[in-house]
This record gives sequence, structure tokens and C-alpha cells, in this order.
Amino acid sequence: MNTIRLVRDDLRPPGPAPRRHLISIADLTRDDVQRLLGTARTFESALDREVKKLPTLKGRLVVNLFYESSTRTSSSFELAAKRLSADTLTLKSAGSSVDKGESLKDTALTLGAYDPDVIVIRHPQIGAPQLVARVTEAHIVNAGDGKNQHPTQALLDVYTIQQQLGRLEGLHVAIVGDVLHSRVARSLLQVFELVGVHCKLVGPPALLPRGMKAEMTTDIDAIRDADVVYVLRMQQERMQAGANYVPSLREYAERWGVTPERLRPGQKVMHPGPMNRGVEIDPRVADSVDALVETQVRSGLVVRMAVLYDVLTGGPVGVRALAAAEVA
Amino acid sequence: MLFIKERPGENVVVRGARVLDPAEGIDATLDVRIDGGTIAAIGEGLDTNEHRVVDGQGLVLTPAFVDPHVHLRTPGREDEETIASGTAAAAAGGYCAILAMPNTDPVVDSAATLGALVETARREAQVAVGFLAAISRGQRGEELTEMAELADAGAVAFSDDGVPVASAGLMRRALQYSSFAGRKLALHCEERSLSRDGHVHEGTVAAELGFTGYPSVAESVMVERDLALAAYEGQPIHLLHLSSAESVTALRRARAAGIAATAEVTPHHLVLTDEAVRSLDANLKMNPPLRSEDDRAALIEALRDGSIECIATDHAPHALHEKDVPFEAAPFGVTGLETAFAVLYTHIVKPGVLPLETVIERMSAGAARVYGLERPRVAVGTRANLALLDLDAEWEVDAQAFRSRSRNSWLLGAQLTGQVAMTIAGGAVAFER
Repeated sequence: MNTIRLVRDDLRPPGPAPRRHLISIADLTRDDVQRLLGTARTFESALDREVKKLPTLKGRLVVNLFYESSTRTSSSFELAAKRLSADTLTLKSAGSSVDKGESLKDTALTLGAYDPDVIVIRHPQIGAPQLVARVTEAHIVNAGDGKNQHPTQALLDVYTIQQQLGRLEGLHVAIVGDVLHSRVARSLLQVFELVGVHCKLVGPPALLPRGMKAEMTTDIDAIRDADVVYVLRMQQERMQAGANYVPSLREYAERWGVTPERLRPGQKVMHPGPMNRGVEIDPRVADSVDALVETQVRSGLVVRMAVLYDVLTGGPVGVRALAAAEVA
Repeated sequence: MLFIKERPGENVVVRGARVLDPAEGIDATLDVRIDGGTIAAIGEGLDTNEHRVVDGQGLVLTPAFVDPHVHLRTPGREDEETIASGTAAAAAGGYCAILAMPNTDPVVDSAATLGALVETARREAQVAVGFLAAISRGQRGEELTEMAELADAGAVAFSDDGVPVASAGLMRRALQYSSFAGRKLALHCEERSLSRDGHVHEGTVAAELGFTGYPSVAESVMVERDLALAAYEGQPIHLLHLSSAESVTALRRARAAGIAATAEVTPHHLVLTDEAVRSLDANLKMNPPLRSEDDRAALIEALRDGSIECIATDHAPHALHEKDVPFEAAPFGVTGLETAFAVLYTHIVKPGVLPLETVIERMSAGAARVYGLERPRVAVGTRANLALLDLDAEWEVDAQAFRSRSRNSWLLGAQLTGQVAMTIAGGAVAFER
């Protein structure tokens, strides 16, 4: 571990900075990704301490605005903000004025009146984070917009891979399943490109997006030469009735389900959750030592801490947060 | 079939403009004198006869434009557009005539609804306006409208624009009966089982952004079906807002086989591709969607050789708050009347993609020909329907300056070259800058 130095200047809350958002992986450079992963590592080591709370974002307000159901992402963002001592306000569409037909713009304007520092938004429609960014002064973090982007998921996934396999450059990842409806896959493709991970997409013909610039195959055996098999959830809630993307979930599981028989020993398996056990992933795989699903959730916390910190300060955490932890 | 607020014909002399009417074979610097709204003389050094003199030096005087595809939102959504505001916007765009689609609330599917529109147009219309009536009642695709009565009441043609006629059987009956009514069908070709919930052309952009794709084949299979039915019944059809190369191929084949099929294309499909949608600007959402570069090239080529006879704006006004939402939640449609000429001049004529003559022909005579309307002409003895164009004007598209009640233009803030300086419609000055 690095030497911890106590620098008084670093204890000041971050000053006014140009507004930074995390809306799409496409907005990031390779350096940005490396910096975020580095910040996450620093926070992870801080979380080993007995007192896990850092004062870094004390007095800041983080609003979580969730228009879609979510367990891990919303809890992860809320806890990340709390670990950094920010005030948090979590709004879910059910039970709010969204139920009364309030537009996204008006909800954003209302929340904007509280001067939040960060608005974390999940929304079923592409471009919702951009709209909120346009009408508020807050830094916007996209927690998933429609089928477009889920940048913090992709970042926590590369963080997990790096921690588990020791490197990123040159690794092979196979993404399996419902790519068409997956914002996770879209963010992952972009982040893998940035960090030098080779990626291929495997799934049923109608669930591989036409025109996607990526290596795509319907052959499930193509997962065998990957270092990591990344299993996507069959997103039945996004499939219109009668669209017939696959004849049945039974046939999908039969042909594309990730089973122990289809894996090599030692191949790591990831899944963004929630899992449909017995559909896209065999329960024996889900419970095996090579499944990194809970590691992903733990990574999610420190990566989201890093993202909140990064959008608010615009710089590497370095010794700063650790110094802050020291006085906390 | 066209209606306008009657005004006295004006006495005007346009002095020294480049007079350009491709169909009349005129391209020369001349004076044009209008006596009481009718073109009385074309020549050099004409007497002004104490008429109002408009200095046309450095400007181009052409036949005014005809837009075969406009949504005036009346009745039902007068907050978005009225006949007065829509025709004022048309005048500002150089148009002397526009045709309004019937997908209003209520739908124009009865002589009573159409009659009320005709009355309003006679009171309000700044340029001539014609109305299409629906093919099916309520545009539900189940029962035919009373086409003969609607034709008598002034319907220019029939269309369920906005929704396709899903049933091939109903389409066949519509073709049969419209021939009796003496009016053409104008068809919105979309196979909904292929386009369902699609927002963006199915291709790399939709795949990367995660939009549900609206494939070009959703249009072309319906174009093929309707061409086959038109051939079988021996009836003419007009294809609305073509967007794909496959549709163009089908259209060419049908025309070569002698089928009386015509088609239109919008300025946005001629100028933009789906790449533009990466901005997530809801003012780039329209049906059919912006397509690939190959599609755009095919449309331009078809416009050049006349396979596509005319340019239509598909001017589709929407309230600000309805477009100020995430892309997927926004309604389809963009405005276009006030920017059509300038955007085509800037992006098609100026870079040398198509000659000015072709664009003028397709914006004016082409549309008139499709619906059997009188072609605006620079010719002695005809009612003055003229556009005076300043090809050197550089301007920025300003939302505040629109005559339309809506401002859902994809060109907000854009720099354009070429501007309409004056429009004379039905013998009177309908717009001047």
C-alpha cells in the first residue's frame, strides 16, 4: 500500500469545477478509465478500515432518480454516496409525481431547485440523462438509459476483470445472450475497446443487433476460447409480446444457456444480474467458484464511489481520499 | 380543388431578376409585369405602368413551389398549426400551394369535416391549400370513406398518411373505388409488423445506441405490395415520403413496366442520414426515419432522373413540450415549409449535387403534375404564382422567426445559404422579407 501523507489542502471539499457527467462510455478516454479504476482501488483499500466512511463529499447532495426498478444499482449508488458522506435523496417513479404524469423535464426542474451536486438517473428511454443535464445544473451520472448505456456497470465489470485476472490488455471476453436489449453490452463493447480487451457477441440471430460493428456468432461453442464468459439476462420485460425473438425460453436455455458442459475449467463467468437461473445461466455455473457475480456487486460500490468522486472533483483521488480517511 | 382567401390581384413589376422556369425553357435576366394578379408581360425594359416596382437585381424569379405533403393539424391541434399559420409558413418558404393530410382529430373522412376546412381555408389561407381525405374511416383501415362525396366536396386525393393501409384487401377496394371517384391514392408504405416500436433506421447507429430498429424493408415490402395491386387494378398511385434504396428500385421497375406510380422525397431524407440521430435530438425523429448513406444516394439519383417526381416537406408541427422529452418518447415529425428551399440550396445545389433547375422543377411543377394541379408558370396570361429567391443570402435559422406555430425544426441554429425574398401567390404578394 502507498504511504499515506496528510496534506491539509487536500482536506478541503472539492472546489467548483466545470460540470462533468458520466453519461456514456463514449465520452471517456482510456486515461479516464484508468483513472477511475485507480480511484476505485484506492477506495477499496480504504474500505478495509474499521471505519468505512470517508468525509470526502460531506455537504454534497446526491439525488438518485430511478424510473425503472433496480436493486443493485440503486442500493450501490446510495451506499457509495453515503460512504463518501454525501447527503442522499432517492426517488423512485412509483409513488412520486411521475405517477401523476409529470414529465421528466418537470421532475428534473423540481429536483434541480434543491441544487443537487449529482443526479444519478435511470430511465427506460435513451437520452433521458442528456435531457436532465440540459435542464439542471447538476453533474449527471447515467445509471442506465433504455437499451443505450450503463456506463458504471461496464466500469465495475472491467474493474472486476482486472482485479481477478490481473490485467485487461489482450484478454478475450465472450458476451452471451440478449445483446439486442442490453445497455450493459453496449457500454461493455466501448469500454473493452478502450482498454484492449477482445470481445465477441454470441446469441440467437434476432438478438444480435443488425449493423453492430463487432464480431458476432450464433455458435455457443465460440465461448470456449474466452477468458471470461459474460452472460446477459434475457430481458423479457423489453421484448414486445409476439415478437418471437426466440421460440421459447426452454429452447433458448437448451441452445444458448451457459452450462458447466459448455465451459472450460477455470473460465470466469460474469453476469450483471438479476439472473434468470436455468435460462441464460445454469444454477451450477451461477454457484461455482468461477462465477464472479458477487465480486461484481462489491466492485460496484467502489467504482460508483470513484465515479461520484470523479465527476465532482475532476481529478485522480491519489492520496487525497486516504488522507481524508485518516482524519475521519 | 385548391382554396385561398380571396384578395385583389396586385400590380407589380419585378425588375431585372434572373427569370428561371425550366418547364417553360426560360433562363434570362428579364422584367416581369403583373397586372391585377395576372402575368401580363415578360421582357426587357418593360413599362412600369405606375405598378409597384420590385428590384430583382441579383435575385432569381421562379415559379412558386407546391408542397404535396403538409400537416396543418386542423382540426384538433390548432395549438400546433392552423390553416392561417401553416399557409403563412408556406408563403415564407416560397410556396404558392400546399396539400394538407387528413390525419387530424377528427380525421378528414366525411364531407362535413372537409367542408368546414374548405370554409376556413377560404377565410384564412395565405396561399392556396388543398385537402386530402382519408382512405378509410378514422384511418382505422377497416371501411372505405365515401370517396365520391368527398371528391365532390373538394378532396384532392385520398390518403391514410401517418398509418399504412394494413389490409391488402382494403387497399385493393380503395384502388377500385378511388378510380370511380376520380382521385388518386397517396400511400404511406409501412409494414407495421416490421417497423413495430422502431424509432431509428435499423443499422449501425440504432445498434450502437440501442434504439429499436425500423428497417428499410418495412417500407419497401409495402411499396412492392402496393405497386403490385396498382398494376393489377390498373390504377395510379402516389408513394409518400420514400426513404429507402429498395423502394426506389421497386418504383423504377414499376414505372418501366408502365405502372402509373409517382413518388415524393423530403428534404431531410435528401440531406441527412441516420448518423445525425447520434445527437439524440428529438427534432430528428420522423417517420420514415433517416436512413443510410446508400439510401440517401439512391433518393438523390431518383430525384435527378425523375423517377421521384417531387419534393415534399412532410411539414409536421408538434408542440414544444411534446418534443422536449427523450427521443423514444417524442412523436414522429419535423417542420420544413420555411427551410426547404434553403436547405436544399445549401446542401444539394451549392455543392453541385443537383442543378438548381432540377430542384425548382421538383419543388414546383413535379408536385402539381402528381395531383393534376395547374403548374405554377412564368408565362403571360397565367395567375402570378412566383418566388423571388436570393441565392447569396446567408442566414441563421431562428426559432423565433418561424411563421409556423411550431418550431420542431432539425435546423434550429443552422447556417443556410439561399433565402426566399418574396412570394406571390394567387396574384398577390403573400410574403416579403
